[in-house]
Parts: sequence; structure tokens; C-alpha cells
Amino acid sequence: AMEDVCAKFVSQKISKTRWRPLPAAALQPPDLFATGSWDNEDNSISIWAVGDLGNVGLNSEYQVEPQLLCDIRHNGDVMDMQFLDQERIVVASSTGTVTVFRHHQNNQTLSANQCWEKAHYHVDQDTCCGGAACTGVICNNPEIVTVGEDGRINLFRADHKDAVRTIDNADSSTLHAVTFLRTTEILTVNSIGQLKIWDLRQQRNEPSQIFSLTGDRVPLHCVDRHPHQQHIVATGGQDGMLSIWDIRQGTMPVSLLNAHEAEVWEVHFHPSNPDHLFTCSEDGSLWHWDTSTDISEKPSFLHQGGRSTTYFSHTTTNQSVASAWLSNDPAKDRMEITNLIPNQTLSVNSLDVLGPCLVYGTDAEAIYVHKQLFA
Amino acid sequence: SRLVQVSKNYRSVIRACMEDMHQAALSARDPALQSQYSTQVSILSAMELIWNLCEILFVEAAAAGPLMLRLLDWVRLHICDVDNMVREVLSSENPSKHELFWNVVDVFVLQGRMDEARHLLSKEASANPTSVNMYKILDDLMKKMPVPSLGNTQTLTEMELKWQHWHEECQRYLQDGTFASNSHMESICKILLGDERAILERKELMTTWYHFLVTRLLYSHPTVKPMELRLYAQMDLFLGGESSPEPLDTILMAAFEFEMHQVIKECSIALSNWWFVAHLTDLLDHCKLLQSHNLYFGSNMREFLLLEYASGLFSHHSLWQLGVDYFDHCPEYGRVYLELHIERIPLNTEQKALKVLRICEQRQMHEQVRSICKIMAMKALRNNRLGSALSWSIRAKDAAFATLISDRFLKDYCERGCFSDLDLIDNLGPSMLLSDRLTFLGKYREFHRLYGEKRFSEAAKLLLMLMTAHIAPCSFWMTLLTDALPLLEHKEVIFSAEQTYELMRCLEDLTAGKVDKQKFQQSNPTSARFQDDVETTKVEMLRLALARNLARVIVKEGTLEGS
Repeated sequence: AMEDVCAKFVSQKISKTRWRPLPAAALQPPDLFATGSWDNEDNSISIWAVGDLGNVGLNSEYQVEPQLLCDIRHNGDVMDMQFLDQERIVVASSTGTVTVFRHHQNNQTLSANQCWEKAHYHVDQDTCCGGAACTGVICNNPEIVTVGEDGRINLFRADHKDAVRTIDNADSSTLHAVTFLRTTEILTVNSIGQLKIWDLRQQRNEPSQIFSLTGDRVPLHCVDRHPHQQHIVATGGQDGMLSIWDIRQGTMPVSLLNAHEAEVWEVHFHPSNPDHLFTCSEDGSLWHWDTSTDISEKPSFLHQGGRSTTYFSHTTTNQSVASAWLSNDPAKDRMEITNLIPNQTLSVNSLDVLGPCLVYGTDAEAIYVHKQLFA
Repeated sequence: SRLVQVSKNYRSVIRACMEDMHQAALSARDPALQSQYSTQVSILSAMELIWNLCEILFVEAAAAGPLMLRLLDWVRLHICDVDNMVREVLSSENPSKHELFWNVVDVFVLQGRMDEARHLLSKEASANPTSVNMYKILDDLMKKMPVPSLGNTQTLTEMELKWQHWHEECQRYLQDGTFASNSHMESICKILLGDERAILERKELMTTWYHFLVTRLLYSHPTVKPMELRLYAQMDLFLGGESSPEPLDTILMAAFEFEMHQVIKECSIALSNWWFVAHLTDLLDHCKLLQSHNLYFGSNMREFLLLEYASGLFSHHSLWQLGVDYFDHCPEYGRVYLELHIERIPLNTEQKALKVLRICEQRQMHEQVRSICKIMAMKALRNNRLGSALSWSIRAKDAAFATLISDRFLKDYCERGCFSDLDLIDNLGPSMLLSDRLTFLGKYREFHRLYGEKRFSEAAKLLLMLMTAHIAPCSFWMTLLTDALPLLEHKEVIFSAEQTYELMRCLEDLTAGKVDKQKFQQSNPTSARFQDDVETTKVEMLRLALARNLARVIVKEGTLEGS
């Protein structure tokens, strides 16, 4: 419901929002998230708390707005951000530097723990912009993989000064995002519409597999892998298209879903409910894609007026979860798509989902927290 | 009334800023910073004051009757200097014994807060039994004072009549000397009668001339019409010639005189930021109150101010995105301004460039799309990011640039003997068709692939097609023919007779053109000679290979036909 969304205006354009990960087998919802800003003379990383303040007597529907715990200056735009563990955050900068920040819980401060300067750079220093941005970062403690506008892939290890491995000119175009496929394999997407698998165990500097979009080579901006079915991958494109790939077969996407009218900046499978997928876009919308088949258990808020809901026609029972995403014929399966933002204005640059909570940030200098996604 | 709501929204935004500034001022350690914040607070407070008055007079356009009530609210909201004193007296144990008691009563009366005044007076009365009679009469008078109503319960004329009667009643009591023994109460009665001197005596409780104005009007002309305000609004009586008017005073005066353009002009001068005047003018324009005040370049004032404001936004590192919306709402010059400004936004990351491009594409600003894509493509090319450069050319559908990039690839190939960035060339897809050179590049790479996969006849056919269909640029024909050599020399016959004749024809076309070239190479004889030698050798080898192939294929084809 609308009352479950809490907005906070923060006087800086938000480029990334990330929930702090919960310890394994934790039951409570997330209570802390980090944001990164962009386009300011002084950008910053901030840590926010959302909680019920421990007021038991308080009406649980009363939304407390996020409280700023601490922040720290960041040099350059925050291009990507990922929690390495409960205390450390890895941040990718437009200057090409990758920094690890540590959040000190005891006195609520942030400090820069480690830094790889010029992790990404152009060879010819005559360029007017002075550097290549690091566009994507992904972590699997203690490993950190980064990609950038220089087409380079770096593999770092936390607390190690030098890169473990660097693949120069891995791609002739800009790499926009990276994610882990397995512990030793990564997926990258680039600005000529290609999805590539890299096997980090192998020494050769070439992808083990290349997938492309059919038709025009529209740049791909984001990628995410299904948390349980590792062959299902989702990517978001510059033309607003969401593509679902089955990397076991073929080199082309399995389904193409047209929803957004501009760049899809982020795509996320819900980590524990992967029937649900979320995308956010430059067009100001945030879509919730729901392939869970039992419509009768749908939470009522999805049916409220004021949002656009699109139904595809009716269900087939006993549809396995995997094939719901991979089905070639969306008309056969029910997929419910909801725009979670009633008044779209400027771009939604980033989102993150964990448990029942959603957090997203916009160019309208606001952060939104939704604490009852599946109420 | 929707516009009144909009106006109230603006005011609450200003107040929210004021509150934030106030908090910042309180928590600031550095005294310089603190005073800076405090100055901001007072500026914002003045802004809200002006806006509020404009809302009452222009947006809501309160009519006689409600106008008085609104002005009273306005005064009560903004004159806060006396708040501390009021609070002090009210919270003391024995208010009526407080030395400032009568001051507070006077404040209430001056602001038309009759109920509160009466409440305080009742405390005095209970403490002072001797003046009970006087109190009762004064209380009664205050209770009976007619006030304009917001609803339609009484017409203006009815109210005026009632008020006239009441005024005369007050007069009678005053002249009877009812309050003679208590100077405070007497002075209150005089105020009720609108006695200017009596009101002026309490100058320090009103602090401003506009408070004085409203109080005077309340007690002499409560049914004042909006247009009559200018007759009563004057500062001299209050200021007494000691101090000169401040900018704020001039602005408010202009408002009371309904000189909207003057208000806007004075605000533009007084305030360092265009936010206030731009938004206020826009609101007034929506209320259809501004005649088109033609400035020398023909645009109206609203648009002029919005353009100024938005241009200011574009010089800000991050607020340029908001500026776009403002330009969208300027019908005459907005687009031109946007076109000029958007190309000057520094594009330090590709993501920012993409956002700017999206704005341009949404508004069909094709020139700007091409220009930005070209800048980004050139940058990529300089950094040797050929894939990125191609990606930008595709976005702009810039065939010329795609040709440039393809030439770069081909040049690299010629120099190194192998292709760079195979992941790109092998996966061009339909974007190959963007430019002929790009198509050639893709097809040429395909030839190499076919050759590598030992699919020789397909490779041969493709190679020939590249020349005969003129997909290959003439400069590359020599390279292609040289690539044909291994196929010609292959132990199996690959090129058919027909194909061989085609190849021969291509070679002849090529060498015919070369004769002219020799004339231009006179200037550098040594290298030209060397080049010539290499060229001649190549041509001879080709001729030989072609002839040999022709011989073999004729035999082969002749043999097949025979059996």
C-alpha cells in the first residue's frame, strides 16, 4: 500500500542503493542500507538506518523515515556499489578508482579501508575526461571483480594491494556490468549488446562464451542471475527491453519483454523469492515482474488502482518455476507486471531487494523505502 | 482555488527551508557560518512574507470583508517579535501582576485577537474588584465588535451598519469618561475607535508600518476594498522620517498598491537568486494577472524570468536536469535555450552522456544527438575503444563515422596482419548495414573465417563478390586479390573458369587505374620505385596464378563435361 512507502529527500542525486546483507538464517528484515551519489562536486557514500526504533507500542504501520547514520566523501561519481561483508562496502568510481570503505558500528563512522587507484584507465592520457570510469563491481568475499569503460576486467582480493588478475582489452566496447555466474565464472554485458561468460580459472584472455541480442546490437546495462537456477540470466537494455537468457542453450535470449521506455539501469531477481524480478529505468519507473503462478494468494496491494497492472492470459497449473521465466510464449503463462511508482518524474537509478524490503534512489534527489513488498 | 493551494505549497516549501536553515544555524559551531545561516533565515522569512501578501492580494484576490481577516492572519503569522513577551506573561503565575501585562493585552487588541484579550482582562478584573464595572463594559464592547464573516451570512452593507453602531457606542463610553480612571483601558478604547495617535503610541508593539496599517484598517475601515488599500498604505506616519524604507518595505508597498510589475521588479533587484521571482511570476501568470509586458526581444516577463532561472540551473553541476523541465515550459524560446545549453553539459562518464542523449531524443533534438554521439565516438576512438566508438555511431545512425571506424579496423589489419577486436567484428549483426565500409569489414572477416574453417569454395565466392559487387573499396582490392593467391595456388581447383575470368577483369581494372597513379609518384622517386617494384611483382604473380588456375579449370571443366 502507498503508506508502506517512505520517501526522504536528500539533496543529492542518488546513483546506487544497497541493503546491507543479512547474516545467514536471519529472520528479521534488513534495517540498514547504503547509498552513493553522483553529479555533485562532492559526492558521498551514506549509511542509513530504517527500523522501528524498538518502540514496541508504536503502531507498526507508522513509517519512520530513513535516518542518516554517517557519510563520507567520495571522489567521483559512485558508479556501482556492493557490500563485501557486514562492515565493508566496495565502491566503483567514475575516476576509475575502486575503494573499500569500512563502516564502524561502534561510533557510526565510515572510513576508507583500501583503495585501488586507476583500476580502470585509458592508455592514451590525452583524453579530455581524464580517465575511464569503473562501471561495475561484484563481490564474493574476499574476491572483488570490477569492469569499466576501458573494457578491462580486474580481479582483486580484499586486503591484497595488487590485482590478482587483469584482463586488458577484454572487450572492445564499454563493459557496463558484471556478476558472478559461479564462484569461478563471471558474466559481463557491454555496449554492443553482448553477454559474455568468463572463466577465471583459465589463463587465456578470452570469454568462454558469447551471447548476443538478435537484431540491433542495443547496449546492455545490467545483468543478474537467478539465485537458484544458475542457467537463467536476466539483462536490461538501453531501449528498455528486459531479456531473459538460458545460457545452457543457444546464443540468443529466450524471451524479450518490452516494458520501459528508456535505459534499464538495474535488474534484480529477488534473492529468496526468485519468482519476482525488479527493474528500474531512466524513464522513472520501477517494475515488479511476478511469475508466481498462484494468483489467489496475490497480495491485495498489487490490485490497487492508480498503478498499471498488465496481465497476460491465463495460467497453466503445475508450471515449474524455471520454465515460467524461460517460456517462449508469455501468453501461456501468467506474468503480472506492476509499476511501483505512481508519479514518475526523473530516472530511478538503482534499486535493491532483500526480504520484504525494497529501497530505490532517483535523480529527483530522493530515496524511497518500501517495507512491505509482499504484505 | 487550485492556484491558492499551489501558492500555499510554495510557502510551505519556503518555511521548510527556513526551518532547516534555522536548525543549521543552531547547530553550527563556526560563528561566521552561524551568522550566514541566520541571514538566510531572515531572507527566507522575508520571502515568505512577501509571497503570503501576494497570495492574499493577487492569487486569492480576497474581496472586501474576507480581505481584512486574511490581512489579520498575515500580520499574526509574521510579527513574532512579541511572542516571547506574550509567552512570558501567560506562563507567569499571576499574569495580571506582571509588569508587561498591559503590553500583552495591547498586543492582542492591536492584532484583533479579541478573545485572548478578553481572557487576560478577566484575570485583571478578578484581581481588581474595584474596576469590575469598567471591565464589564470594555469586555462587552470587545465581544460585540462586528467582524467580517467568511461565509455569506451577512452582506457588506449589513456589516458596515452594525459596525457604525458599535463605533458610536464606543465613542459614547469614551466621552462619558467611563474609562477615565484607568489609562490602560482608556487607551484600549481609543484603539478600538481607531484613534491614530493612540495606536501610534504603541508603536514598539507593532514594530512595522504594515502592522500599523492593518490595525488602523481594522478599527477604522474593516470593510476596506482591495483597491482602497493604496490610499491607506503609507510609511511616513510610522517611520516618522527617522529611517528610510528598506527594500522589503518598498516591495510590500508596491503590493498594497497592486503594482504587480513593480513588485516583481523590486524583488528581482533585492534578491540575488531568480527562484523567487521566476516562480512567483509564473504563478501570477497562471492567474492570468500579468498582461504581456513586452520586453525588447518580444518574450513576455514570465518566460524571460523562467529562462533566466533555468539558465542558472544549467550552470550548476547537478541541477541541469531540472532546468530541462523549465525550458520545456517556455513556449517561445525554451527549445532554443535548451539546444544551446544541453551541448555544454560536461560529459565525464558515458552514463551521463546517455542521460543527456535520452533528454535530446525525447524532444526530437536530432542535431544535438548527432553532435553528442560524435563527441563520445571521437573520444572512444582516441582511446582505441573501437567497439565503444561503433556503439555511439549506431546510436546516432551516423554512417560516416561508422565508415571511419571501419577504415581504422582495416588499417589495423593491414598493419598487423590480423584483426583486433574479433568479438566486435564477428558479432556486428544488422548494424553491419549502417555503412558500406562496415558491411565490407564484416564480410571480409567472414571470408577469413570461412577460409579458416576450410570452406574454400564459399570463401572464394565471397571474395569475388566483395569486388564485383563493389562492396570493397578500391584501395583494398590489391589485398583481396593477394588473399586470393593461396586459393588459386591450392592443389584443388577452387575458382571456376567464370570466376577466374572475373578475377582477371578485376586485376586489369586495378592495374589500369595504377598507371595514372605513377604520374603522381614522381616527387618521391626512391620509395615510389620500390613500391612500384613490389606492386609489379605482385601483379605478375597474380597474373601467373590466374593463368595457371584458368588452365587447370578449363581442363577440369572440360573433362567433366566430356563424361
